[in-house]
Amino acid sequence: MGIDFDKALGVHPDALRLRSERTRILAANIANESTPGYQARDIDFAAALKRSAADDAGGLSLDTAGEADALYRVPNHPSQDGNTVELGSEQAAFSQNSSDFQTSLTFVNMKIRGLAKAIAGQ
Amino acid sequence: MTFRHIAQIAGSAMNAQSVRLNTIASNLANAQSASGVEGDTYRARKPVFAAVMGDSTGAGSGVQVLDVVQSTEPLRRAHEPGHPLANEEGVVFYPNVNPVAEMTDMMAASRAFETNVEVMARVKTMQQSLLKLGEG
Repeated sequence: MGIDFDKALGVHPDALRLRSERTRILAANIANESTPGYQARDIDFAAALKRSAADDAGGLSLDTAGEADALYRVPNHPSQDGNTVELGSEQAAFSQNSSDFQTSLTFVNMKIRGLAKAIAGQ
Repeated sequence: MTFRHIAQIAGSAMNAQSVRLNTIASNLANAQSASGVEGDTYRARKPVFAAVMGDSTGAGSGVQVLDVVQSTEPLRRAHEPGHPLANEEGVVFYPNVNPVAEMTDMMAASRAFETNVEVMARVKTMQQSLLKLGEG
């Protein structure tokens, strides 16, 4: 009976991938802070992760996240030039997201350490 | 690879903001450049930003400078017959640069630049810790 690494690592590799995808979207929002008419986007993390996990069960590749899950942000204070980026909330989301990324990374690391221990028979 | 895209996006934003700072520096430097002919007078320059929609997912896009346009605000006319550049009516034209607006724009541009530098720095630490996966 072999070890299935995908199953052993659980949901965390998917979460890690989605976190880095979200970093890209948030970086694009921050980059276009002063572009007229730019619509800020973000992903619904829970829905995307669920979808990604469902894809995983079917043995499909995971490159599908992104477009379908990227929704448009509703601004608190719409601006006259049609730009919906609010720098404060984007920065907060970016910072929170990179902490979440580190968290997922730590979980993956812990899982890998556990597997290494099991393999070494300690 | 996502991280390379992020670097490209943040880099494009830094480039766009430095073009914006360039136009602001030019506007402030030429704020008092008088001219005797209306057509030859310096006019405030403004960059036009647009999102780059080249990516397949459409979710992450950089920013580009489409054009640098000249302001259409009216020029400031001054009656200064003693000015060496005055025309036969004694009128000199001063640029339509608003130094207060330029200064606030400069603050906004440098803040936006710093934000993107911070994005790059944060992504760098994320990437470095990802490279250490499974080490400890």
